[in-house]
Amino acid sequence: MLYRTAGQFKTTYEADHALFPVRQDAILLGIILVVAWVVLPLTANEFAFKALLVPVLIYTLAALGLNILTGYAGQLSLGTGAFMGVGAYACYKIITIFPEVNLLVAIAMSGFFSAAVGVAFGVPSLRIKGFYLAIATLAAQFFLVWLFEKWAWLYNYSASGAIQVPTIEMFGVVVAGPNAKAITQYYFVLAVVTVVTMLAINITRGRIGRIWKSVRDMDIAAELVGINLMKAKLSAFFVSSYIVGIAGALFVFLWRGAAEPNLFDIPLSFRVLFIVIIGGLGSILGNYLGAMLIVALPVVLSYLPGALGIPVSSSMVEHLNTMVVGALIIFFLIVEPHGLARFWAVLREKLIIWPFPH
Amino acid sequence: MNSPVNHNNFTVTQDGIADGEVLLDLRNVSLAFGGVKAITDISFDIRKGEIRAIIGPNGAGKTSMLNVINGFYTPQQGKIIFRGKERVGMKPHQAVGQGIARTFQNVALFKGMSTLDNIMTGRSVMMKRGLGWQMLWHGPALAEEIEHRKKVEEIIDFLEIEHIRRTPVGKLPYGLQKRVELGRALAMEPSLLLLDEPMAGMNLEEKEDMSRFILDVNRQRGTTIALIEHDMGVVMDLSDRVVVLDYGRKIADGTPEVVKSNKDVIDAYLGVAH
Ligand SMILES: Nc1ncnc2c1ncn2[C@@H]1O[C@H](COP(=O)(O)OP(=O)(O)OP(=O)(O)O)[C@@H](O)[C@H]1O
Ligand SMILES: [Mg+2]
Repeated sequence: MLYRTAGQFKTTYEADHALFPVRQDAILLGIILVVAWVVLPLTANEFAFKALLVPVLIYTLAALGLNILTGYAGQLSLGTGAFMGVGAYACYKIITIFPEVNLLVAIAMSGFFSAAVGVAFGVPSLRIKGFYLAIATLAAQFFLVWLFEKWAWLYNYSASGAIQVPTIEMFGVVVAGPNAKAITQYYFVLAVVTVVTMLAINITRGRIGRIWKSVRDMDIAAELVGINLMKAKLSAFFVSSYIVGIAGALFVFLWRGAAEPNLFDIPLSFRVLFIVIIGGLGSILGNYLGAMLIVALPVVLSYLPGALGIPVSSSMVEHLNTMVVGALIIFFLIVEPHGLARFWAVLREKLIIWPFPH
Repeated sequence: MNSPVNHNNFTVTQDGIADGEVLLDLRNVSLAFGGVKAITDISFDIRKGEIRAIIGPNGAGKTSMLNVINGFYTPQQGKIIFRGKERVGMKPHQAVGQGIARTFQNVALFKGMSTLDNIMTGRSVMMKRGLGWQMLWHGPALAEEIEHRKKVEEIIDFLEIEHIRRTPVGKLPYGLQKRVELGRALAMEPSLLLLDEPMAGMNLEEKEDMSRFILDVNRQRGTTIALIEHDMGVVMDLSDRVVVLDYGRKIADGTPEVVKSNKDVIDAYLGVAH
C-alpha cells in the first residue's frame, strides 16, 4: 500500500515528463534531502564527515561522471583518476594565480580543463571500441600522471612535488585548507553534488541522453537515424570529464587537503569504475549506492570485528576489503550489470503492487 | 488534456517532386567487397509515391542495394541521382537529413531503451535544443520534448503499440520489435522509406498487420517505399513495381504481373526458392 500508484492519473505529457510520476518517489526524495541537509549535519561528528560523508559525496560525483561516459554512452574509460587529477591541478593553478577568485568559480572553471583533456583523449573513440578504447584511456592515465610528476609548474615548483591547499575563505568563512571545519566542507560538497546531479538527470532524460544511449546500444543504427557519432561520443567525453574534473578538484580541495601525483594513479581510476559497476551502469542513483558501499565497507570492516571481540590487524582489514569488493564486482558483472540500482528498482516494483502480487 | 490523435493529419514534407516522377535514379551501379561482387551494373529508378519491391534469392544483393541507397556503402561504379541531384560523398548520418529512413533485416533497435525512447531517437535530428537548455530541462527543452512526444504518440497509436510504450524493447517479441523499428523510421518523417524484410519471421496475422501499416504509410503520408520481401504473396499485393536481382545482377523489372510471368525470374527465383 505504501507505494500504491492507483488513482494517480496523468492527463498531460507535462505530467508524464515529471521527474517523479509516482508521488511516493517525490516524498522519498524529500526525506533523503532533509536527512542530507539537516539531520546528518546535526548529528555527524568530525570522523563521520571526514571518513564517510564527504568522501561518499565526492566519489559519487566522480562515478556520476564516469557513468555518463560508460553507462550512458557505452565508452569504457580507465583514466578517471588522471582526469580527476587534471581538475585538481587546474583548480590549484587557478587558485594560486588568481587568489581572489571564488573557490566555487575556480572549481567550476577547472572542470573545463579536464573536459578539454577528456575530449582530446576521447578522439580515438571515433575509430576504436571496447577493449582497445580502454587501453587508449589507460595510456592517457599513464601519460597524465607522468605529466603531474614532471611538469613542475603544475605544483609551483614545490620541493616535495605535492600540492598543498592553502586556506581559502568564501564570504568570510574558511572553506578549504587546514583550518576549514568539516561541516562547512560537507555543505560545500553537498551543494555541488546536489546541483550537478540535478543537471545530469536533466541531460540524461532528454534528447542528449537518448542519443548517448543509442550510441551505446547500437552505433550503426544510431548513425542511420541521423545521429552524428563523432558529436555524440565527444559530447559524452566532454560532459563526463567535466564532472570527473570537478570531482577531482573537490577531492583535493575539500577533502584531502594535499595531493601527490600518484594519488591520481590507476587505483583511483579503478575505485571509481568499481563504484559504477556495483552501483549500476546507466543509473544516476547507482553512483550514490556504489559510493556508499565502497567508502563504508573498509570502515565497517575495521570496526565490526573489534566490536564483536574478534581481533584483526589493519592489513587483514585491507585484504578483507579487497576480497569483498572483488567478489561483489564479479557478482554484479555476471548476475546484475545494472547493479544495486536495479535491486532498488525491483524492490520498488514489488512495493507498488504490494500487498497484492499480480 | 492533449487533443485526440488523428491519423489523417500526418505531415508530408513537400519536396517539389510530383507523384510518379523519378525520386531516385540508380545508373550502372556496381559494388564489390574485395573479390565478392555484391552488385553488378544495376540500373533502376524509384518513383515518388510508389511501393517499389526489391526481390531475389538469398545473397542476391538486396540488402547491399539498400545500403547503397542510404549512403552506408559507396559504390565503386555508377551514379546515384536523388531528387534530380547527383550524390557525391555522403556520410550515413546525412541520409536522414535528405529524407531517407530505413529498417534493418536483423532488428537494430536500441535494446536498453523503451519503445517510446526508441521512437523518440528517430526525432533526434529534428530536435535542436543544446546542452545548456537540456541541463535546465524546464522551459524550451521541455516544450520541444513535448512537441515531439505528440508526434511520436501519433505513431504509437497508428502502429497500435500503446501497451508497450514503456517496455524495454529487448524484452519484446520479434514481431513487435519489427513494428517498433518501423515506428522509429516513421518518426524521421522520411520521404523515402527503405524496409528490409519487415515481415521476416512473422506469422500470418502479424504479416497482415504489417502489410496494412505499410499501405497506410504509403497512402496517408504519401511516403515512397522501397521494400525487400521474400513472401511473394505480400510483394504481389503491395507493390506497384518490382525489381528482381540474382547474383548481384538485375534480371527483371516491371509490374508484379509482368515480373511474375518472366521466365528468368521463374527459373532464378521462384524455381530455386521452393
Ligand atoms: N559487408 C560485407 N562484406 C563482404 N561481403 C558482403 C558484405 N555485405 C554483403 N556481402 C556479400 O554480398 C552479397 C550480397 O549480400 P546481400 O546481403 O546484399 O544479399 P541479400 O540479397 O540481402 O540476401 P538475403 O536475402 O540473404 O538477405 C553476398 O554474397 C554477401 O555475402
Ligand atoms: Mg538481405
